[in-house]
Amino acid sequence: MNLTLKIWRQKNANDKGKMVDYQISDVSPDMSFLEMLDVLNNQLIEKGDSPVAFDHDCREGICGMCSLYINGEAHGPDRRVTTCQLHMRMFKDGDTIHIEPFRAKAFPIIKDLVVDRSAFDRVQHAGGFISVNTSGNTQDANSIPISKHAADKAMDAATCIGCGACVASCKNSSAMLFVSAKVSQYALLPQGQVEATDRVLNMVQQMDDEGFGNCTNTGACEVECPKGISLENIARMNREYLSASFKG
Amino acid sequence: MSGILSSSIGRKFAMAISALFLMIFLLQHFAINILSVFSPDTFNEVSHFMGTFWVIQYALQPVLIFGVVFHFVMGFVLEIKNTKARQIKYAVNNGGANSSWMSRNMIWSGLAILAFVVLHFIDFWIPEINIKYIQGDMSGMHNGEFRYFHELVEKFHSPLRVGAYCLAFVFLALHLLHGFESAFQSVGANNKYTKGLKNFSKIYAIGIPAGFIFIALFHHLNQVL
Repeated sequence: MNLTLKIWRQKNANDKGKMVDYQISDVSPDMSFLEMLDVLNNQLIEKGDSPVAFDHDCREGICGMCSLYINGEAHGPDRRVTTCQLHMRMFKDGDTIHIEPFRAKAFPIIKDLVVDRSAFDRVQHAGGFISVNTSGNTQDANSIPISKHAADKAMDAATCIGCGACVASCKNSSAMLFVSAKVSQYALLPQGQVEATDRVLNMVQQMDDEGFGNCTNTGACEVECPKGISLENIARMNREYLSASFKG
Repeated sequence: MSGILSSSIGRKFAMAISALFLMIFLLQHFAINILSVFSPDTFNEVSHFMGTFWVIQYALQPVLIFGVVFHFVMGFVLEIKNTKARQIKYAVNNGGANSSWMSRNMIWSGLAILAFVVLHFIDFWIPEINIKYIQGDMSGMHNGEFRYFHELVEKFHSPLRVGAYCLAFVFLALHLLHGFESAFQSVGANNKYTKGLKNFSKIYAIGIPAGFIFIALFHHLNQVL
């Protein structure tokens, strides 16, 4: 496959940045998108140019590091996959592919396609945990009854890898799908009840402080989420938040 | 509970509550207006009751006006905040791949509805307030009979106004197609009833504006044909 790539290049956080065109040939349809970018970078390095910076780590869809806004969609045109799982067979010979970083005020660009998603870490630190005594007298997990339904829903929420595709896809740069998944995975389980009120209030406060936008229920996040996190979680977080607000 | 309205979820909740209130009002407004098609006398009597009963005039009407103003103002506040949350736009954004046109353009359909509300107030509400509270005529009568039906019919004589009304109701339908189900999601109602609710929301969102269009066209065509 021969492709034209239009890639966002930005030297650093203060640089204005611009889209730059690259031609790449002999791309195998079996390559992953990131492997295609590796090939491009090899070519750039051989020519003495600066390689395109992009985030990646596990390359098997579980770490949440890869990002990229490809042809107007987070993680590209395929569904329920991260960019590392996106294959070049999704494109046609001669295609022009636009590659941009995830854009949001809360995700400032570090370089090229690499964005700083530490806002998610700070939201997690604000309440995305349970306090458990692990000093040797931990209660046996099987002694706490949990319905299969609740366990399944909690597990579904817990599959969020925090990649930020929800923020990137949302026209408002809202982080509600991410935050609601983290709230829900504990709200559904008995272990999460003790700190439930503080958790949702603190996490939502941190989310707002980070500068994410407001959810207007377009549903784009759910469609683009590589893990299929459901909008049900946002509704649950809304209930949790309203209930916690009235409790004080 | 302090600061709930300054939080993203609190504002979303407030938008949803005002939206649900306005949708109930819209249904009531339609129920009265459709009477003008089937029974002008009943329409006159109900209009007179609505226009003169003190609970409606002094308690519910201010609540309604507050609800309308709040929904518009909060809509603009959220739009401004949301625009600021992404300062550099994407060069290519395929919004159609993951969301409906209606959901992405609520501000534009909302602005069209706002323009219509202004026209509607000039057409009906301001003259009504003038007759009742400035001229002090609470009788509802003109030339020995109720004036409400005649005022309605007279307004729908101009094809330009009828066209503007019909266009506004198309925007209302587009707004409601996303807004109705969105309001329930915002108040936390996403459960086994959601699928049925979504189907009902489509019936409401298309049915009510289509009904208003029918009323406008009915009275217009009755005069010109």
